[in-house]
Amino acid sequence: MSRLLPPAFGVLCIVALLCLLQLAIQAGIVDVYIVPLPTDMLASLPRLVEEEHVIRRFGVTFGETLSAGLLALVVGVALGMALQHWPRMRRAFEPWFALLAAAPLVMAYPLFLVLFGRSSLTIIVIAFASALAPVVLKTIEGFATIRPVLIDVGHSLRMTRAQEFRLILLPAALPEIFVGLRLALIFALINVVGVEFLINLGGLGQLISELSERYDLPGTWASIGLVVIVSILFFLLLDGGERWLRKRH
Amino acid sequence: MATQEALTKGLALPRLIAIVVILAMWQALALSGLLFRDVVPPLEALVVGFVGVLISPDFYANLAITFAELLAALAGGGLAGLVVGLCLGASRFASKAFEPWLGYLGPTPKIILFPLLILMFGVGVESKMAMGAVSCFFPIAISVAAGVRGVDPVLLKVGRSFRARLDQMLIKIYLPAMIAPLLNGARLGFGVALIGVLLAETKLSKQGLGFMVMDAYQRFDMPRMYGLLIVSVGIAAVVNIVLEHLAIQAGHKKPTKH
Repeated sequence: MSRLLPPAFGVLCIVALLCLLQLAIQAGIVDVYIVPLPTDMLASLPRLVEEEHVIRRFGVTFGETLSAGLLALVVGVALGMALQHWPRMRRAFEPWFALLAAAPLVMAYPLFLVLFGRSSLTIIVIAFASALAPVVLKTIEGFATIRPVLIDVGHSLRMTRAQEFRLILLPAALPEIFVGLRLALIFALINVVGVEFLINLGGLGQLISELSERYDLPGTWASIGLVVIVSILFFLLLDGGERWLRKRH
Repeated sequence: MATQEALTKGLALPRLIAIVVILAMWQALALSGLLFRDVVPPLEALVVGFVGVLISPDFYANLAITFAELLAALAGGGLAGLVVGLCLGASRFASKAFEPWLGYLGPTPKIILFPLLILMFGVGVESKMAMGAVSCFFPIAISVAAGVRGVDPVLLKVGRSFRARLDQMLIKIYLPAMIAPLLNGARLGFGVALIGVLLAETKLSKQGLGFMVMDAYQRFDMPRMYGLLIVSVGIAAVVNIVLEHLAIQAGHKKPTKH
């Protein structure tokens, strides 16, 4: 019971805040043309589902996020393993990947628009570019921090290189690679939604852009809330996946 | 982090070779004619565009506006983050009640809040400041809260045995002991605030670096756009790396990963 108390209090505070907001708007303290009534926001949800095809938009955004994240996983793990395999290459290129990870690539979205046109491909490429560096860095870290004693065990059992890789190196590096994948999917989702909003194309991000341009305030607020909830569920799912994977190891 | 070692051990040569290889590949791609020459311009055109940006007076005017927005954003979002972070770090109950929300809201894309900020603060610089402030609030609050919890209990006992007042505890014990997480929060906050301000400028604005990028895009002035992107991405990356170095030196701790 006492363990559940603080989170329950947190939820209660948020609900209380929304009720206060409702009262403040009805009393005219907060301008209804800036913040619509929370009840109106809730009421606009069925309309969003029916008229704005929220379900299909979910599909588009998730599809783009998954494509970018998985592409980053495949390319990033391959690059990371290659860099780990040739130490000279690693020393030459790893700092540049660290720089890439620190660089706000999404700012270059007009450039990607020119390169790939105003299409889903542009969104996927930007998300992929932002998600790649963490996978590369985490893959290198995963293989570089394997305990030497594990490799010694492999040697003493006279494993072939393929066996060593399949039975020792890969399983030992996997948790760290999954951290990379988790980061990649988070970065991909942020960039996909952000770019959809900025270029007014595609799934959930476009919904917000369109509704705000139509000055549909309850709809805009509701759709922003929806996107936040979807992102939170997505992060929770990834957290759960990582914990599940770590428990199995 | 291995990267840090590589940066300090004087491995300039391999990194230099790497950048030469990357540039050579770019030049080959530009000259091959596989992509439109305007879209992937050869290096000399990029240098011309970059220098063109640096010598144009309106670049500095717009840079000043973006920096002013960024400073206001960091001041507002940073102060709010500091206060909230201190409260969350000090109270175990508050931390359990509210910190998960911060953790989950933190990585959601902030730019989608921009329409609301336009309604509240107008289409001018204020809405960009608000965008940056909202962006940097989360990483700063989270780092500060973690920093408060990481303060060595011995230091707190020393403070209490000297009967330090709350403000003395804050200024003489907590803040000096939290330099590393504070710098780390500043680093993360600066990065996301810059992104927030610039993206907001590209969406709706008449001034600032983001506006200049959009303007170059609409005129299809590719060398100028590349020049602007190199400058803005470069600023972000350099500040990030400098603050990371400072944080590591201040704390001799591993950098927090996000």
